[in-house]
Amino acid sequence: MLRWLIGGGREPQGSAEKSSVQTIGEEQIQNPYTELLVLKGHQDIVRFLVQIDDCRFASAGDDGIVFLWNAQTGEKLYELHGHTHKITAIAPFSSSDVTEEKTDFIITASADRTVIVWDCASGRQVQKVSCFHSTVKCLTVLQRLNVWLSGGSDLCVWNQNLDLLCKTSHLTDAGISTLVELPKNCVAAAVGKELIIFRLSASNNGSEVWNILEVKRLVDHQDNISSLISVNGSYIGELIVWDALDWTKQASECNFWDSSVHPDVQTEIKLSQSPHESSVQHLTSDDECVFAAVGKGIYVYNLQMKRVIACQRTAHDSSVLHIEKLPNRQLISCSEDGSVRIWELREKQQLPAEPVPTGFFNMWGFGRANKQANQAAKKMQENTPVYFLDLVGDLIGHSSAVQMFLYFGELGLATCSADHLIILWKDGERESSLRSLTLFQKLAQNGDLQLKL
Amino acid sequence: MISAPDVVAFTREEELEDDLYREPPLPEEYSVPLFPFSGQGANPWAKVAGSKFTRDFILISEFSEQVGPQPLLTIPDDAKVSGTFDLNYFSLRIMSVDYQASFVGHPPGSAYPKLNFVEDSKVVLGDSKEGAFAYVHHLTLYDLEARGFVRPFCMAYISADEHKIMQQFQELSTEFSKASECLKTGNRKAFANELEKKLKDLDYTRTVLHNETEQQKKANDKGYYTTQAIEKANELASVEKSIIEHQDLLRQIRSYPYRKLKDSEFHPYEPDCALDRADVGSDQNPTASDPTELGETHLYTHVPSYTPKLIKAKSAKCFDKKLKTLEELCDVYFFTQTLDQLHHIERTFRGDVCYLLTEQISRALLKQQSVTNFLFEDVSVLDEKPPEKQYRGCQGLGQDAIDEKCSEESLAPKVVISLGSYKSSVECVPIKMEQETEDSEEPKMSESVISEHQENLDYLDADIKGSISSGESIEVLGTEKSGSGLTKSESQASLPVIPSPQAGRSKVGSRRTVSEDSIEVLSTCPSESLIPEDFKASYPSAINEEPYADDDEGGLRFTPRANPGVDDGQDDISKEESLVQVDAACCIGKESPNFLEALPELGQKPCEEDGVVRIPPQPYRPAEQGLRGGFPSHHGLPGGLLPCELDSRYLTGSREVSKSSLDECSDSTSHISSAASTCSDRTPSPAHPACAAGERHRKRAGQNALRFIRQYPFAHPAIYSLLSGRTLVVLGEDEAMVKRLVTALSIFVPNCGAYAKPVKHWVTSALHLVDFQKWKLIGLQRAVSPAGVNVLHALSRYSRYLSILDADSKTLRCPLYKGTVVARLADHRTQIKRGSTYYMHVQSILTQLCSKAFLFTFCHHLHLPISEREPEESVVNRRMNFLKHQLGLANEDIKIVQYLAELLKLHYIQEPGQGGNPLLRFDYVPSFLYKI
Repeated sequence: MLRWLIGGGREPQGSAEKSSVQTIGEEQIQNPYTELLVLKGHQDIVRFLVQIDDCRFASAGDDGIVFLWNAQTGEKLYELHGHTHKITAIAPFSSSDVTEEKTDFIITASADRTVIVWDCASGRQVQKVSCFHSTVKCLTVLQRLNVWLSGGSDLCVWNQNLDLLCKTSHLTDAGISTLVELPKNCVAAAVGKELIIFRLSASNNGSEVWNILEVKRLVDHQDNISSLISVNGSYIGELIVWDALDWTKQASECNFWDSSVHPDVQTEIKLSQSPHESSVQHLTSDDECVFAAVGKGIYVYNLQMKRVIACQRTAHDSSVLHIEKLPNRQLISCSEDGSVRIWELREKQQLPAEPVPTGFFNMWGFGRANKQANQAAKKMQENTPVYFLDLVGDLIGHSSAVQMFLYFGELGLATCSADHLIILWKDGERESSLRSLTLFQKLAQNGDLQLKL
Repeated sequence: MISAPDVVAFTREEELEDDLYREPPLPEEYSVPLFPFSGQGANPWAKVAGSKFTRDFILISEFSEQVGPQPLLTIPDDAKVSGTFDLNYFSLRIMSVDYQASFVGHPPGSAYPKLNFVEDSKVVLGDSKEGAFAYVHHLTLYDLEARGFVRPFCMAYISADEHKIMQQFQELSTEFSKASECLKTGNRKAFANELEKKLKDLDYTRTVLHNETEQQKKANDKGYYTTQAIEKANELASVEKSIIEHQDLLRQIRSYPYRKLKDSEFHPYEPDCALDRADVGSDQNPTASDPTELGETHLYTHVPSYTPKLIKAKSAKCFDKKLKTLEELCDVYFFTQTLDQLHHIERTFRGDVCYLLTEQISRALLKQQSVTNFLFEDVSVLDEKPPEKQYRGCQGLGQDAIDEKCSEESLAPKVVISLGSYKSSVECVPIKMEQETEDSEEPKMSESVISEHQENLDYLDADIKGSISSGESIEVLGTEKSGSGLTKSESQASLPVIPSPQAGRSKVGSRRTVSEDSIEVLSTCPSESLIPEDFKASYPSAINEEPYADDDEGGLRFTPRANPGVDDGQDDISKEESLVQVDAACCIGKESPNFLEALPELGQKPCEEDGVVRIPPQPYRPAEQGLRGGFPSHHGLPGGLLPCELDSRYLTGSREVSKSSLDECSDSTSHISSAASTCSDRTPSPAHPACAAGERHRKRAGQNALRFIRQYPFAHPAIYSLLSGRTLVVLGEDEAMVKRLVTALSIFVPNCGAYAKPVKHWVTSALHLVDFQKWKLIGLQRAVSPAGVNVLHALSRYSRYLSILDADSKTLRCPLYKGTVVARLADHRTQIKRGSTYYMHVQSILTQLCSKAFLFTFCHHLHLPISEREPEESVVNRRMNFLKHQLGLANEDIKIVQYLAELLKLHYIQEPGQGGNPLLRFDYVPSFLYKI
């Protein structure tokens, strides 16, 4: 898509209509990011960004190197070499020892079948485990229990000293693709099309004996599970599983209040859209809603209403890879097309007389009771506010797919991309006043500043 | 660039004189241009009559032991240049004033010949008959075959303009010292090689002789020695002695660097190209000796394989042998380097002295603007050498010591000729930001001062001995070792010093002080005695009472802590002035009506009483007292002192300097440098090698820019893009055309740091985000190939960061501009014709912008709340208010100043060591397409 050609029209609006991707002009009043810093260092696709603390983050990617960055200054803090293959998972892990001093670690897993624990303060490798039979594909830290789990072809539980506490038997060759922590010491692991729920139990005699038990297998998915989240807040214990490809969404409330699990599948929403080669790429949630990146689009599913309340079918020119909800009702998404977009979930002010825009929910078919559900949805729609996602800004900087981003609140936004770069997007106004502050601090420090009032 | 030489010439008649006459009655002398040939031609710029050559040139002569003084070569190497000027005669003249005691040979009490490492001597002489004045730089080179191993040479810069020689003495001295050092380095190398060869020869000869003697001994069984054998033995003995002597010589020449390193003034020749750095030692710092030692010794060990020859006992007669040429003496490489340097000197000092002076003054002023000068100036020119070095040293000297010296020295009055000397206001306005470094340097420097002083005493004898009188029409107007006015300025930036009245009075003594070392005034031509005249002329008020009590405490030093404006105290006064206003406005919270009045002064020219040439275009006019009234405590000095004093310093003609103000600082400096005859390395070199090239570039860029603004009606938004930090891409098929446009526009691009301008003249590949961080002006190839499509794709993708000037279809796509600054900067109806003039016009407006940005950046309350409870909005309001009303900026001009301010902040905050991440700032503003 070429929105603007040299010497061409004044505004790119005309051509934008055709591509049906919502575009925003060059004037973006609400877009706070007016300054950027390019962080160079990686030599291959940067796939992961994890936040370590308020002002540090780590990046990792296919070059097997982990970089630690200062999110404020963009300064490269450490360059961690240790892995020989690409990094497949990364997780931050902070442990407080006896002296209550918090130490930050990061755990990285790589395709070289090793897991390394790094000390973020010194940039040194703390420990390295290389006893895996297969690549560890996911890492989850259970901060509460002070253990972390690695998921590959089997699930292992480790404590912070890297002692293997227990492990499951060999699950599949494909291995665990995602892990998520559930209440009551449970974890859900996505293994292929199955979702397996494990329970972790420490033996009660105080000795460090851990057990991991498989408690439930959920087999409703038609295809591989690619993303898994646990919704907290008011819906404790609820697990929502979005499936890929077959466009089913399962909202399965798994109550773990007692050991018997009732996997009552209450709704299953099927997307009736013709199946492109798109799938649910990423999920995120807040107290009310689940936000799903499906193909090129973004969908907002309200948990209370149990329906999709807003969607943007083609939010990007190509697949959305990562989305995240900001505290201020904004949503950020990044995509393979190299752009990052900022959306705001707004309530649509609708005149009652105005006909309901058909087509907005038409694409949603309800799997089992298609007709009734559809009608029900329409009914509901009449007395509930309608939401829509409004594009408030876009960030164009990467020349290749933006793999992931990390929102640092005031400090800005870090994006990583397949073009080997990490970009720190910052609020120019804020940075400018910060620099002024630094300037006058430096003046005072040098003794140059003596105001005579 | 602050000054504009061609403006100087024309302003004199109107404003300057007007202002001049408004001043209290001027002494008669001031009304007449102090021009030596004013009787003959009214126009001081007219070519000086009486000289037989058309332009300045450099002459290298040798005092040949065979034929006496002879000219070797001239630079430029053009017969037309010297014209009918008698080079032979002049060579004789200049060689005959070499008064150094260069003694080489067997000193009494020493068994071996001793190499004397002679310092260069620097003399100014004038030949009134020929109308020629010359700076003469004597040096000695070593030649194994020469008498006493030495060959005296001299390099002379010959000009018809006496003032040029006088006023540029320091600069000439610096530049010639470099050339000389280059020659001498090469010569030492060649000499060492020669010695080694000779040693090998001798060694071989000894072996041969030894064998012969042995054979004779064996053959001879008669028990007594034949005469032949005795002869052989004698020969052998003399060869042995010769070997020892030569070894000693070799040791001496090799130890030269080590020995010299003890002298703080030693500065090994530093080749310009990095290639040779390893060979010749690159460290300028005299105390850091290691690289130099290594370099020099390494240099000598590089001896190609050599087959020794048998040396005959009797050497050839003196006149039989052919003396080595200069080229042979100094190694071809070094010889060409020297020639390059001399050519550079010739280029640098070409032209009228007023150009040189304004150039130097503006450079010195710019150097002081350490906070803002990086924005639009070529910092590499400014940065060349830190001139503060020696100056710091003087500061380090205790006040007491200085006073003592003054009183001591003033006991011996003597007439000294004043040579052109400059004093920068750097001296007067200590830079607070550098205080720390200054402190750290102090002890070291004072040490060196002392040692130099002692050494000077050692040299004293020689100096006096050496000053000989010359032919009747030659006046040696001064040597480096003698002129106090001259020497004091060695380390300082080149601004002419004005004798402020009180300074004059107190300095007369101190000026005389140094002169007791040597008698340099060899004026034998009474008619040409310029000196007394000068005295009279510039010293009407030498006996004034000093009105400024503060002078005792260091002349015009600001107290180190001043307000944020002064903290970078190198800004010119007008800025400080304005800053005061601003401070008032923003700190006290009410708007100062004066402020707006103060601003227009930025462009004002000063008026001073002296001659035409030496009025630098000072962007300053003494401000009304009232303006400063509110800030009595500003610098801890009476407000009125600043302008007058500074002004006078800036403006003084250099001839007056002799009697002029040597305050403590400069005085001690003079003391130092009077001792160090060759410590030219510390002098600021105002003439940068890049100068000439830079000049040409400026002219071309100015012309192109002029053409651009006349040709393109949308020049304003394009320039606005550059000034506000939005990358401008010039897109076109024709490389030459694109490059021309880029060159034209490059003068509007602010620098992001102390590096080269962020300008890329020609790119053929697709642009990335990183490029916009690095470059603010890019010439881009438009190609029809698939790659070209990619290039366009990238452009459209990143169009929000870019302004695009399509050179082929003559369109511009960029944000709207409605401000006023650029209109003044690039008026398509401008009457300016010449590129260089337009360049200066641009620079002056950019300088104004810089000063605004400076004010904006360093006003505390514009960026930070006054009290903790103050909401952010009111700060923002205040900021916008300031920009709009105080700085008088409209619309988009605000963004320009904000961008410049951001650059200033970044530059100031940045730690010197780390480069810092380049930022890309941008706005989400709509672009428009402009067509012709």
